[in-house]
Formats: sequence, C-alpha cells, structure tokens
Amino acid sequence: MTETVVQGQQADRADPARSRRPQLDADWLRRNGVYVALAMLVVVDLFIVPNFASVATLRLNLLQVAPVVVVAMGMALVIGTGGIDLSVGSVMAIAAALIPLYIGYGTAPSILVAMIAGVLTGALAGTVVARVGVQPIVATLALLVAGRGIANLIGGRIRTVRDPGFRELGSGSIVGVPYVVLVAALVALAVWLFVGRTTTGRQLVAIGGNARASALAGIPVKRVLTTVYIVSGLLAAIAGILVTARLQASDPTRVGQLYELSAITAVVVGGSPLLGGQVRVLGTVAGALLIQLITFTLVARNVADEWAQIVQAVIVLLAVYVQLGRRSS
Amino acid sequence: MTQQAAQPHGPETPEPSRPPETPQPSAGRAGAARFAGLAQRQGALVVLLVLLLVASLRFDSFATLDNGRAVLVAASFLAVIALGQTFVILTGGIDLSVGSVFALGGILAAYGSTYNTLVAIVLPLAVCGLIGLVQGLIITRGGLEPFIVTLAGLLFARGLSLLVSDGGSTTYRVPVDSAFRQLSQGSILGVKNLIWIVVILYAIGTLLLRRTSYGPTVLAIGGQQDAAELMGLPVTRTKLVTYTASGVLAGFAGVLIASYISSGVTVLGVGTELDAIAAVVLGGTLLTGGAGTVLGTLVGVLLLRVIQNVLNQIPYLNSNWQAVVSGSILLAVVVAQRYLSRAQP
Repeated sequence: MTETVVQGQQADRADPARSRRPQLDADWLRRNGVYVALAMLVVVDLFIVPNFASVATLRLNLLQVAPVVVVAMGMALVIGTGGIDLSVGSVMAIAAALIPLYIGYGTAPSILVAMIAGVLTGALAGTVVARVGVQPIVATLALLVAGRGIANLIGGRIRTVRDPGFRELGSGSIVGVPYVVLVAALVALAVWLFVGRTTTGRQLVAIGGNARASALAGIPVKRVLTTVYIVSGLLAAIAGILVTARLQASDPTRVGQLYELSAITAVVVGGSPLLGGQVRVLGTVAGALLIQLITFTLVARNVADEWAQIVQAVIVLLAVYVQLGRRSS
Repeated sequence: MTQQAAQPHGPETPEPSRPPETPQPSAGRAGAARFAGLAQRQGALVVLLVLLLVASLRFDSFATLDNGRAVLVAASFLAVIALGQTFVILTGGIDLSVGSVFALGGILAAYGSTYNTLVAIVLPLAVCGLIGLVQGLIITRGGLEPFIVTLAGLLFARGLSLLVSDGGSTTYRVPVDSAFRQLSQGSILGVKNLIWIVVILYAIGTLLLRRTSYGPTVLAIGGQQDAAELMGLPVTRTKLVTYTASGVLAGFAGVLIASYISSGVTVLGVGTELDAIAAVVLGGTLLTGGAGTVLGTLVGVLLLRVIQNVLNQIPYLNSNWQAVVSGSILLAVVVAQRYLSRAQP
C-alpha cells in the first residue's frame, strides 16, 4: 500500500496528468479484464440489441446466470485449493432427481434431502481427494460418471413438481428481485465472507499456494480440503434445486449437463489461476455474467448456437492468456 | 518418486512423515512391494479376466462368437481415441477435446464420402490433426495449461461440427455404393477390418513407446519436464507430435464410426473424453504422466466395454447401471492404485 502512495506522490510532482491515470499494465488487465470486457459488452449491446436497456432483459439474464453462479462459487473454492470438481453437474442431477420423491413431505424437507445428498457426494469426493490422495480430476470424474447414472436411477424421467413452495421459489420475487437471483447473490456473499473473513477460507488459499508448506505450517490440510469439496457439493445441490424450481420439473438426464465446464470457465475467465492459491469471488460472478451475456447477445442477434460455443472457446483461451502475461512479468 | 514431484499442487501429505513408515525392506516386504507394483500395473487385467470368467459361467449368451465380436466392435472406436489420449497423458498433459473431435471427424468423413472415399478419409484426418496441432502450439508456445486449452478445443470442435451439419439438422449419409463403407464393415480372414485396424494401431503405439526415441522422450517429459529440457530432449516437438496424433486418432475414430454406421451424427462423442481418460487410468497409466503402457489402455477400454456388455445381459438392469458401475470401478481402481503405490518402496 505504502509503495503505491509513494509512487503516486512522485508521479504528481513529475507529471500531474499521470497520477490520475491507473497503471495500465498487464497486471491491471489481468485483475480487471473481466470487468472491462463485461462493461464493453454492455455498452455494445445497448446499441446492437433492441430493448437491451430494460428490466425484462436484466431479469432474464440474471435468472439464467443464477445457477451457474452458485455452482461457480463452489468451483472457485475448489480451484483455489489447486483442485477441480467435475462432479457438480451430476450432483445437480441427483438433487433434482430426489426432489419429486420427497416433495410429498413438503417443500422444506425435499430441499433438505437434496442438500444432504450434495453434502454426502461432496464428502465422498473430499475424502477420496484429501485422505486417499487421488487426483481431484480423476476422483470427481468417477463421480461425474457414476452420479449421472445414480440420478437417472433415482429419477429416471422428467417429473413435474407441483408444489406451491417450489412454484414460489422458481417464479416468485421479493421487491422485484426473483428468489433464484437472491439465493445466488446470498451464496456469492457468503462465499466472499468465507474466503476473506474465516480461518478456513484463508487456509484453503494457502493450501492452493503450496500444499506441502501449508501442512508443515500446521494447517489441517485434509480437513480443509474435505470441507471445500463438501461446500462445492452443497452448492451444486442448491443449483440443482434452483433449476428444478425454475423448470417446475425434475429432469435428471439433462439437469446440470456441462455445468462443470461453464463453472470452470466462469472461474478462469474471472481471473483465478487454475493452479490455485487465489479465489476471486467477484471476478467469478463477473465471469459467469460475461459468458451469459455473450450467449444472450449472440442469441439476440440470431447468431447460431454453434458460433456461441466457438466464441466461448476463444474467450476462455484469451482470458487465460492474459493471466499468463502477469505470471511471466 | 517422479509421481510425487510432478504434482506439487496436489493434496499431498507432507513428505517427511513417510520414510519412517517404510522400514528396511526385508525379503518378504520386497516381495509384497513387487506384488503391489504388479497389481497396480495389471489390476485392470485381473479384473477383466475375472469378469470374463464369471460372465461366461453366468450368462449363456455371453461367451459366444457373436457377442465377443459385438464387444470388440463397440470397444474399437474408444480404443483408437484412448491410444492418442495415452500418449498425451504420458507427457503429463490431458486432451479433453477428443470427444468433440471424434464427432467432428465422423461428420466430415460422412460429408467427404459424398465426393469420394479418399476425401472421406483425408479431410477429417487433416482437420482433426490441425485442431490437435493448434492445441499443441498453444500449449507449448503459449505456455497455457492443457486442461484449459483442450477444454476450449472441446467447445470449438463441437461448434464446428454443428456448423458443418447446419446445427445438427443435416445428417450426411455415406452413399450405398461407396467403397468407404468397406473401411469398417468389410473383413479380412473373417475378422472385421475395424479390429485389424485397432490391433495394428496398438502394435505401432507399443513400438513407438518401447523401440523409438520418441517413447522415452514422452516418458521423460511426463516424469519431469524441466529435466527433460535440460537433457536436451526435443520437448516442444514431442508435445506437438503427441497432441497432433491425439487429434488425428480421435478424427480417425470418427472416420471409422462414420464408415460403420454409414452416416455422420452430431450427438456422438459427448463425454467420450471422459471414457478415454478412464480407460487410460484403468490401464495403469499415471495421470501425472511419466509411467504407463499402451496395452494397459487397451485392457482399460475392453474392461469398460465388457462391463457395458455384461450389464446388458442382466434384464432388470438398465443402461444407467453402466454409468454407476463404470464410475465405481474407476474410483475403486484409482484408490487401489494409490494404496498400492504407497506400498512400494
């Protein structure tokens, strides 16, 4: 902090115009690239998308991005430890599959059961990764494959969820803010507080930076890692509940498909290094919004879906490339 | 040990706690360690043999020539893809794009076959090889992580295959009289061409890994890339070749399936990259790179497909059980590998 202040004063004396301008170097671009890209896209959309500046547009985009944000929050934590969680999409499907089975007991119990399922799968992934020492990508890959099968076995086919509580959760809103969006915002806030204000949050970042050094420093690596995978599983289950509430139906075969990729993309585009050691909560939210807005723009401009995928691919690569410039400098 | 060195970011227990656990290896311990090493490398083969034995005794329709042929045909496409994936994983990388590239290869082959057989084979191999090459270039020259680059490649190839097929609405069909159909459907000496192709490719793969300088270079890169570079090994070139080959092989699997089902289908290959990775890991290749075999992958592929076939024999189990069982076996094998590699000195 002191360094920047000193620099600022020197710059003031030398050239008054320079002090007001933030340093536009690679590091600044890495930290803020996603916000710049998001802002630029919004400005462009104002001109090229009809009726862009409307509450309906905002609402639609936020509703669509909400489940991705919830999953991406858990993914950001896992990636922060240097791991990865490929099982999130299947966990969403398991949660969705369980809801119609327990809806008879009421809204709250069915949600609770779905969340417990998320915690259990997360605990399994966490145990295999932290205690056994299997690489995160393989452990969660196995859960991805098995989880989808389990979800299909539990649920099987699309079932309509007729429940006033779920209808309210899916389509209701409070002071104009849909509940689904509110839940996503609360999750993001909670994760932000968790990373910045709690011991476990600090420890997980340390583990991502250097697992061995963290263990030697007395951080309970195994416990923290297990916790992180449990949180990721829980958040994935919540996302599955939100999607089910929005659809008013449970579709275990399709819910959450490719969500792992969307979530990873949001985290990476948001500026978190895939090697761990950093959790950028706001960046991840912005990353998810950016990808959502790109898809929305392309759809609104009648660009075919296939181009959306190609554009997304290029953006992911660009985002990571920009990050890389910082590491070498 | 290389395995430890190659995953500095993995959730690893601290090294200092380990030496006391392994006292001086006595004769018995050395034998146990050798067994552990063998089980780690050949675990999938043991499981496969047991499964084959049990299934032959239990189901009359299992150990028949027709069923055996069906398993081999079902395994052949994944086998071709997993061969490329094996070399990528041996270098310590990963290729998530193979499923999409496989689908793209199939569509391009079916499209090409409407011109002639040569186009049907060359066009997909060229395009898929180019995708692999570009991925390799971004990974080596750009220094980006294989996971992210090939994830982008997955999206890109999927988008491209939708573009070629007009968003999936156009299905190209191989003309009825086309010689291209013979590539997969024909047979030599009573054995399907498909199976010959897989046998030849795996023979070449084994020779490359064991008998050429390329193989040890791949293993050295996977073991420790910095050391390989300092030794003056052609790291960049080897990686480029490996990713290009993975693209070509995935594309070739697409060519084979297009020839087999006589059309190009966009929905193919979703999740195939995961099957391929699972087969490689089941085959005893370490995901951190540096150690593994080509034939192990073939065993892994066969294991996955035999499981699928056995579950199909049980009437009250539907296809969802395949996913559950495959996932569970993958998890069990990697957990066992982990414990067995700890048992070794």
